[in-house]
Amino acid sequence: MKLPVYLGLLHQSEATLAESYRQVAEGHGEEPDVHFLCLTLARQCDAHQDALAPIIGRYGECTEDDEPERLHHEGLSKTRSGPVGLLRDLQDLYLMANLVDITWTMVKQAAQGLQDAELLDVIARCDGETEVQLHWLKTRMKQAAPQALIAAS
Amino acid sequence: MPDRIADIWGTRTPYGQGGNWPVRVDTKLADGVAKADVDRWVKSACLLCSNGCGCDIAVKDGRMVGIRGRAEDRVNHGRLGPKGLFASWQGVDNRDRLTVPLVREDGRLVEADWDTAMGRIAERSRALLEEKGPLSHGFYTSGQLFLEEYYALAVLGKAGIGTPHMDGNTRLCTATAAASLKESFGADGQPGSYTDIDECDAIFLYGHNMAETQTVLWARVLDRIAGPDRPRVVCVDPRDTEVARHADVHLPVRPGTNLALMHGLVREVVANGWVDEDYVAGHTQRFGDLLAAVEPWTPEAVAETCGVAAADVRRAAEIFGTSQRVLSTVLQGFYQSWQATASSCQVNNLHLLRGMLGRPGCGLLQMNGQPTAQNNRECGADGDLPGFRNWENPKHVRELAELWGVDELKIPHWASPTHAAQIFRYAEQGSIGFLWISATNPAVSMPELPRMRRILAKPELFLVVQDLYLTETAQYADVVLPAAAWGEKTGTFTNVDRTVHLSDQAVEPPGQARSDLDIFLDYSRRMGFARNDGSPLLDWTGPEDAFRAWQECSRGRPCDYSGMSYAMLRERGGIQWPCNDEHPDGLDRLYTDGTFSTDAAYCETYGHDLTTGATVGPTAYRAMAPAGRALFKTAPYSPPPEEPSDEYPLRYTTGRTAYHFHTRTKTGRAPQLNAAAPGMWIELSAADAQRYGIGEGDIAVVSSARGRITAPVRIGDVREGTVFAPFHFGYWDTGGSPDDHPRAANELTMTEWDAVSKQPIFKTAAVRLEKAAAGSGPAPAPTTTASRPAQPGTVPATIGGAAAEAREEPA
Ligand code: SF4
Repeated sequence: MKLPVYLGLLHQSEATLAESYRQVAEGHGEEPDVHFLCLTLARQCDAHQDALAPIIGRYGECTEDDEPERLHHEGLSKTRSGPVGLLRDLQDLYLMANLVDITWTMVKQAAQGLQDAELLDVIARCDGETEVQLHWLKTRMKQAAPQALIAAS
Repeated sequence: MPDRIADIWGTRTPYGQGGNWPVRVDTKLADGVAKADVDRWVKSACLLCSNGCGCDIAVKDGRMVGIRGRAEDRVNHGRLGPKGLFASWQGVDNRDRLTVPLVREDGRLVEADWDTAMGRIAERSRALLEEKGPLSHGFYTSGQLFLEEYYALAVLGKAGIGTPHMDGNTRLCTATAAASLKESFGADGQPGSYTDIDECDAIFLYGHNMAETQTVLWARVLDRIAGPDRPRVVCVDPRDTEVARHADVHLPVRPGTNLALMHGLVREVVANGWVDEDYVAGHTQRFGDLLAAVEPWTPEAVAETCGVAAADVRRAAEIFGTSQRVLSTVLQGFYQSWQATASSCQVNNLHLLRGMLGRPGCGLLQMNGQPTAQNNRECGADGDLPGFRNWENPKHVRELAELWGVDELKIPHWASPTHAAQIFRYAEQGSIGFLWISATNPAVSMPELPRMRRILAKPELFLVVQDLYLTETAQYADVVLPAAAWGEKTGTFTNVDRTVHLSDQAVEPPGQARSDLDIFLDYSRRMGFARNDGSPLLDWTGPEDAFRAWQECSRGRPCDYSGMSYAMLRERGGIQWPCNDEHPDGLDRLYTDGTFSTDAAYCETYGHDLTTGATVGPTAYRAMAPAGRALFKTAPYSPPPEEPSDEYPLRYTTGRTAYHFHTRTKTGRAPQLNAAAPGMWIELSAADAQRYGIGEGDIAVVSSARGRITAPVRIGDVREGTVFAPFHFGYWDTGGSPDDHPRAANELTMTEWDAVSKQPIFKTAAVRLEKAAAGSGPAPAPTTTASRPAQPGTVPATIGGAAAEAREEPA
């Protein structure tokens, strides 16, 4: 069964996303909404990992390289600066959050096949939050893009 | 005659439930002026808070010499409060007024003529538009202009320039009222009416120190309290306000924890079966979301988080759950605090749960702070689309494009409008190079003043300031425009309960001062803003043209003015919107049939996630198909962003006093009000004062991560562990700048805002306090308000003496 591979991927990508939110919060302290919300969302990702723990306890997780390397996403190496830098960092978060989101979807498909009520319950609590994270990132980027791309020097 | 400084609310005229609030006409005339000396009385309404009390301005020899409440006005039944009595006319008829335009030459502001001043503005504006486009322009306006002026500004900003960077200081006072109404009911617009005070059997005041912010409205409540069947009163406020003193239940929550309390109240109402299930089933959506969010919030959990007694939470919920007619009012204690929109939506939710909307006494007033905040929101001077239109709805954008004769593409609608703090951030980063500030004073009223001053002082920023006085903000301007004040121009404005008043010109403005409307029209002309057919975008010649244009814009929208006219407002006095063919006399309450503005084609917003502010978007909203049902919107509680720490162990909260309005530009110039609250103070609890070895009037330094202030201490009734500071005091009367003596409350506040309403957080921050010096007398804080000393009689009472006597004439 390959579900442990996906549980590993999910666990890992939530951890990467949490770390990246914290980096963006740190790097863009001058944008207080981004700063405080990224810290909140990082805590959300932490909670998702905690919620996964008992599931991983049952199925195990695979973190070895026996699956293609590209399944794992690198986090942000460092944050950028300036209006365009903010936009690019949010866009990176958006890509990472998308990976998390689609991985939840795949795990959910498996959970349904396995008729695993406990896992489905975890997914119901977490996946919706990831979706809202995506919506927020998109809302914030849409607000920032015109200014960053046209008026900022 | 009563001393209306000592007696803020005047003599009681008790009445019972369902009765008519008795008339009492309050009059104040200048020293030496008798009634018989008055040449004319000019119809208006008071412009010193959102209550909008109907009044007549006394004119003698071409000057304003006093004021009288209008007996027949639906808002005040003749009464006026201290600000109206003393500051409305004295705050304007003053020798400090700006009378000529000023321009900056070699770093100094020098007098100029209008042509030079406006020419400079147009020249810079044109150059920047050419070089960088519309996103280089920002406008920050007020909650104190007239409807006509906001509408002119909104049209020239959206259809002339095409910038989304427009906001008002209403963002600081009332943005959350709008946001919560939009999220719950689909559009802005106050469901309730002031007549609900006459009809209710319980009143809940959430973070609303009504006794000081809208003194005449509180007089109405006091008269019910003094009547035969007093309504029960519940007060949520960390201070022991006058409201709290009359409350059956006072919940002095820890600043920043409102949402936890609200979750607890909702939970109790549901758990005890006080829900109107038919109403919920027929007129709402997403009840399940609400249940899930409040589930953990038992009264004990609330007690732990909010620092109030669990039994009091139960009692408050019981009053809400078992009264027949409940009126709720909400203000800055919620709006300017953490999780503002989510907390305010919970108030809406309580009313939905009990089906208490649209019926006499079952009212909801998401209050406004400033007098014309409502118009700012309606007209779109806060960046929204005028007429409560939805920027995500292409049909709404098209309607405006047709109305204004411009291309849809011209009107910025690609994202929600830029809120104040973000406008200043863009100015800080240099992408906004042209900022026009009208009738507001961000150098005192915005959070984190040291940063604010740095932004305003940036040499690359071209700053236009239009005001009555050379405010702290105006001192940074490149061009200062002298504006005409209330009483010197004609226009309309709308109070909290949708009552529209016409305020007629009573006297000429001083010197060369011009109305804000004339200034905006002049700018539009100079810039050549035009419709697609080449005709001028704003071809209005005066306020009545602007009002007519606005009527067309509002037609068919919730704030429908199409059935009004200047003549009708002159003849009848205050009229509530909507006023149209269907409701020719206006409408007392909205949502009488439980049908809300949530239809996807009609609504003002598709809504947001209340934690993050993420937009829901048209697709998801349509899928939900609210179709006239209200929405239970909520979010989980989370602790405020800045909690007390070892370095900053105290909580900091800011607020108002009854005697001042905003940054005191008017009230500070009324001698009676100035004497009642002449200078800055801070409030500490007796326990904290003892801990820090501080006595009444001793001088303390309060610091946060942003800055520090020095002020005398009033030992008062604020919660232990909390420091309170009034936000009115800046520097215009202490030499113009803080220099070595910073005192403004906002030196310490933080730059952060609510995720949905974008209202800055003024009510929670962490600070440290040290004693600086012994005092030479009591702190200059009034004893008649929430700042009264904890130990009665230890400080001389605040009185006004003969100068503060005003006539009261009961009908
Ligand atoms: S309550 Fe408000 S509107 Fe009425 S007189 Fe006082 S300040 Fe003016």
